[in-house]
Amino acid sequence: MTAELLFASLHLAVPELILAVGALALLMIGVFNGDKATSTVTGLAVALLIAAGLWILIASPDGAGFGGAYLSDSFARFMKVLALIGSVVAMVMAVGNARSEQLDRFEFPVLLVLATLGIMLMISANNLISLYMALELQSLALYVVAAINRDSLRSTEAGLKYFVLGALSSGMLLYGMSLIYGFTGNTGFDEIAKAIAAEGRSLGVVIGLVFVLTGLCFKISAVPFHMWTPDVYEGAPTPVTAFLAAAPKVGAMAILVRAVSDAFLPAVADWQQVVVFISLASMLLGSFAAIGQKNIKRLMAYSSIGHMGYALVGLAAGSKAGVTGVIIYMTIYMVMTLGTFACIMAMRRKEGETVESIDDLAGLSQTNPFMAVMLTALMFSLAGIPPLAGFFGKYFVFLAAIEAKLYWLAIIGILSSVVGAYYYLRVVKVMWFDEAKGEFDRVSPELRLVFGLSGLFVIVYLFIGGPVGSAAEAAAQSFF
Amino acid sequence: MGLQALFFYIFATVAIASALMVISAKNPVHSVLFLILTFFNAAGLFLLTGAEFLAMILLVVYVGAVAVLFLFVVMMLDVDFAELRSGVMRYAPIGLLVGIVLAVELVVYVGGTAISDTAKSATSLPIPALTERTNTAALGDVLYSNYIYFFQLSGLVLLVAMIGAIVLTLRHRTHVRRQDISTQVARSPETAVKVVNVKPGQGI
Repeated sequence: MTAELLFASLHLAVPELILAVGALALLMIGVFNGDKATSTVTGLAVALLIAAGLWILIASPDGAGFGGAYLSDSFARFMKVLALIGSVVAMVMAVGNARSEQLDRFEFPVLLVLATLGIMLMISANNLISLYMALELQSLALYVVAAINRDSLRSTEAGLKYFVLGALSSGMLLYGMSLIYGFTGNTGFDEIAKAIAAEGRSLGVVIGLVFVLTGLCFKISAVPFHMWTPDVYEGAPTPVTAFLAAAPKVGAMAILVRAVSDAFLPAVADWQQVVVFISLASMLLGSFAAIGQKNIKRLMAYSSIGHMGYALVGLAAGSKAGVTGVIIYMTIYMVMTLGTFACIMAMRRKEGETVESIDDLAGLSQTNPFMAVMLTALMFSLAGIPPLAGFFGKYFVFLAAIEAKLYWLAIIGILSSVVGAYYYLRVVKVMWFDEAKGEFDRVSPELRLVFGLSGLFVIVYLFIGGPVGSAAEAAAQSFF
Repeated sequence: MGLQALFFYIFATVAIASALMVISAKNPVHSVLFLILTFFNAAGLFLLTGAEFLAMILLVVYVGAVAVLFLFVVMMLDVDFAELRSGVMRYAPIGLLVGIVLAVELVVYVGGTAISDTAKSATSLPIPALTERTNTAALGDVLYSNYIYFFQLSGLVLLVAMIGAIVLTLRHRTHVRRQDISTQVARSPETAVKVVNVKPGQGI
């Protein structure tokens, strides 16, 4: 690689460079000043993420860098901005809860920046090696933040569980990659697609493809690789869970879309049936397993499993409309999830004790009407009730599935979303019709801002959905 | 050629002999030391085949880090090795089986390259002579140019691992007396010495 090529590649990757160099600088600031620098480091970390996001929006060109290992296109930019928004919001929400959850350590924002860096590199990965390295960078940082409250048994258990299962999934991913490399002779996505198209798909490639899908489905917590999700969501400190549920899911879904619609496009019949199965299983399990949950964080875990299933419906369609649907779905999912977690973080009794049970929301409509209205909007939206945002997300993916003649998938999806509506509505019922047990403490302004904005987003999506949809369509244009 | 063969036999014999000593030595510390000797001889064998980079890596990584770590573990942990070794005859058949499988695989592989021409051409890629181009330089050329992205990325992954280990395990103990040289040096006789007038027969 000549110097000009290297500089061209570096120019493409400026947003990532901002985060990487910035994270190192923040680490230095933190190390030299100790934990009293936490608020400075957090502020600077948010500034870094915003700077990277602005650069992507304003000055990021199209192109492939580092010998094809890194790709910048409209899809990558859209998903990266989404992931950055998720990270920024999660980090801001963590500030208020930092002390009670023992997150007031300067390493926490640094690790979140590094995880975000991993997510962005993953979204831009165009090569099996860069995909794996970015995935590990992201996962490793997340394992640590899941266990960061090391004096809490549940947090360490969550971190360990996440780590062990994550390592298992990485092993499967690597095994699949080695098979694909062995049978196609390449690690670049474009070259793999060419090799499969030229030589036809061999059995080795199909097995490798299934293993790669397995590894990626672990990361988006789709059935049957979802086992870690409820325990990790429940055990990890709530601000960490909010982060886990938003940006990494966007990144993993993005790379899943890119892998199947770029590298494995010639083997569409093979991955389509796998994605259809995973999508069906996730939707059904997400709907039925959530019914019995009492803890709202566990409920959100099953809800996210189900939502990944719905998003995969769009991917299963394997068309431009399908990928557009996935992008819109992930956007809406992320906004709803962040808003709901902002409400969960606001569930703190006056005595300072945080509560996580659904019953603790009883009578919220009397004690905190604003939060109750917003959470109700979010719950209706998660259930997919028109005219809220969640409905449009589901509408686009199911429409794409019907256009691709996947009628059964769409029908079962709609039925399972009816089942899912039950437990979302139960939360609403508890808030509005049950007797209040106690009041929550005053909600901090940043949390109010987050759930206010996301509640507003789902309510007025009918009017702002047009630009979001056309941006998503432009992003999906990268593949078709 | 004669000299090379001589060294090959010396390295190979010592490697096998010390490998045997690793599993038969009574004292676990001796075992680890013999393991280091095995590594050294294996490094010599690598050198003979022209893989100087592998030889150095073997010494740096295995002798420098892994074996020393073993040594620490063996010396610090109170493991009853005599008891560990008591069941050795019971596991001998399984060990033997694994050994035979490995040996058969090795024979099949080497035999395959001897019989099949395509396998031979695949395993014997043209490698320039060491005097022309060393492995280290060749690796460095691609590692810092074509693969710079992956190389830097793995650096970041390792950094995260390091931060993670520190975040999750380091605890600042408050009651530990640490040596602070600047305060020691800054002491003056006035602050360090107190003159007390002790009355005879009473003490302090």
